[in-house]
Amino acid sequence: MYRYDEFDHDFVQARVAEFSDQVERRLSGEITEDQFRPLRLMNGVYLQLHAYMLRIAVPYGTLSGKQLRMLGHIARKYDKGYGHFTTRQNIQFNWPALSDIPAILADLASVEMHAIQTSGNCIRNVTADHFAGAAADEAADPRPYAEILRQWSSVHPEFSFLPRKFKIAVTGAERDRAAIQTHDIGLHLKKNAAGQLGFAVYIGGGQGRTPMVAKKIRDFLPEADLLSYCTAILRVYNLYGRRDNKYKARIKILVHETGVEEITRQVEAEWQELKDAELKLPDADIRAIETYFAPPALTERPEGDQAIKLARLDSKGFSEWLDQNVVTHRHPDYAAVTISLKGIGEVPGDASDSQMEAVADIAEKYAFDELRVSHEQNLILPHVARADLKAVYDALVDIGLATANSNLISDIIACPGLDYCALATARSIPIAQEISQRFASLERQREIGELKLKISGCINACGHHHVGHIGILGVEKKGSELYQVTLGGSADENTSVGEIIGRGFSSEEITDAIERIVETYLGLRLNPSERFIDAYRRVGPAPFKEALYAGETKAA
Amino acid sequence: MKILTANRLTDGIAVWYADGGWAETVDHADLAHDKAAEDRLEAIGAKAYADNEVVDVNLIDADVVNGVVEPVRLREKIRAAGPTIRSDLGKQAERAA
Repeated sequence: MYRYDEFDHDFVQARVAEFSDQVERRLSGEITEDQFRPLRLMNGVYLQLHAYMLRIAVPYGTLSGKQLRMLGHIARKYDKGYGHFTTRQNIQFNWPALSDIPAILADLASVEMHAIQTSGNCIRNVTADHFAGAAADEAADPRPYAEILRQWSSVHPEFSFLPRKFKIAVTGAERDRAAIQTHDIGLHLKKNAAGQLGFAVYIGGGQGRTPMVAKKIRDFLPEADLLSYCTAILRVYNLYGRRDNKYKARIKILVHETGVEEITRQVEAEWQELKDAELKLPDADIRAIETYFAPPALTERPEGDQAIKLARLDSKGFSEWLDQNVVTHRHPDYAAVTISLKGIGEVPGDASDSQMEAVADIAEKYAFDELRVSHEQNLILPHVARADLKAVYDALVDIGLATANSNLISDIIACPGLDYCALATARSIPIAQEISQRFASLERQREIGELKLKISGCINACGHHHVGHIGILGVEKKGSELYQVTLGGSADENTSVGEIIGRGFSSEEITDAIERIVETYLGLRLNPSERFIDAYRRVGPAPFKEALYAGETKAA
Repeated sequence: MKILTANRLTDGIAVWYADGGWAETVDHADLAHDKAAEDRLEAIGAKAYADNEVVDVNLIDADVVNGVVEPVRLREKIRAAGPTIRSDLGKQAERAA
């Protein structure tokens, strides 16, 4: 894992001191809210419906046991006993007092964490494949590059006041688990024919009120050119991105309005000026950062196969969890485990203080002290010996986190929605809970197969509804919540934006509507291995429209 | 009818203007029945904001239901009660206790 060097420590400590002073001056009335607001946002402090909210960065989603234990401590001491893991692999606390935030930040700094650049029109937390370093299908671990981007983008003077926020994601595998094509910059780390590392570069992806799939502007960028090329992209955006209209300020709009060919020309022209200057990454520097992410020493544990065989016979629950939440590791004796934060009827992404502490214990004991937060709002143990899987499962059962639903219909992404968020227009969480309860039967969920259901409580799309196989968008209409359904979205290497299927549904109707969509799919799929998204792409919206709206008058 | 609401500066907790101060529950918020009363509440809110007591000051629609004040919009009902999915949190929890 990355360890802070002296510079990092000083930098974060200096920021804690600076923001503590700003909070003190705000509380004493020395500075006004208008003056303070941009300062608090630079430090991840929002004001929500019920209280302040603090968003803490989890760089590229990687955490140690000690760090997760500290998050549990903060939840207990300063908040209301829980935290919410987000789709940017971060964590949010919903109830901190402003007067406690300096102490929280000091606690975070003690475990090499902070809340810098989790808000504002700057480069946000760089996200990465949550199976990075463990996945069998990856060219290389993408996190060293995410860390290089983090160092470069932290309080970057030129890019701290962009037209709008800016999000970068990196994957090192062909199978995209980091949703890179929904980002301002998406980077696909790969090897060329000569075996050299570099990136396919995508720009202009995004969700919100104008969803766009990113466009590939370069098929192979040598790794040494990562920062010069990203700088070129950011410069073109910073210069030409719109500042007159918040809703048209993201780079996706610039890419769309300028055209891919022209913007690629502009980026390449800018890059020519930069590529051979000080931003060129020396190979030694990349390799030095890489050593921080060196995989743990995975000793041979061949006894795993036999242990699993026996444990499967012993426990149906373990067997189901193994099939659903455990994936292949590049080392045959190991596996990567998804800890579902989507228990049936629970709040997607929430974990209690004691659950965080218990998971930290499990990570330290069985997973080389490594954890990840996935953008799908689950926790990941990237390296677990297969021989230890039963012990991990048993420990997760004890804390209620062994739900075997990874990638199934109840593994729902949901934003906080109107239960917490000041921007929301409708609730998301209760809809997620009701759908999860309706499909509670694991047997039924597995029969349905992979199905990504994502819910947002407003058009800003924090719940990624545009790229859900089934997406739900909550809006307010005539004082009531109304839920629009989109079908056919996807956030993997074949990213697509879902299409609105028809009129929206009330909160009482929406779960029935989802069930009808699922039943329609089950009735028309060619065979059980044809996933929902594949079936939808084959047949289009017509059968689903028919199932949802056939009884309604055509006159409307 | 309108009532005045905000979040307290120090801890961000939702508050409503009632009886000369900022109350932690909406139940007995001061009601403005006419434009003059609304203006009066607005002026109180502006002063409290300027005095760094509260932030995010808003005049919102409300009704009186069973003798207590209730906001009209769902958003404001949730602010007044707490998250609908966690009855153990927010004002509703304090009320139940």
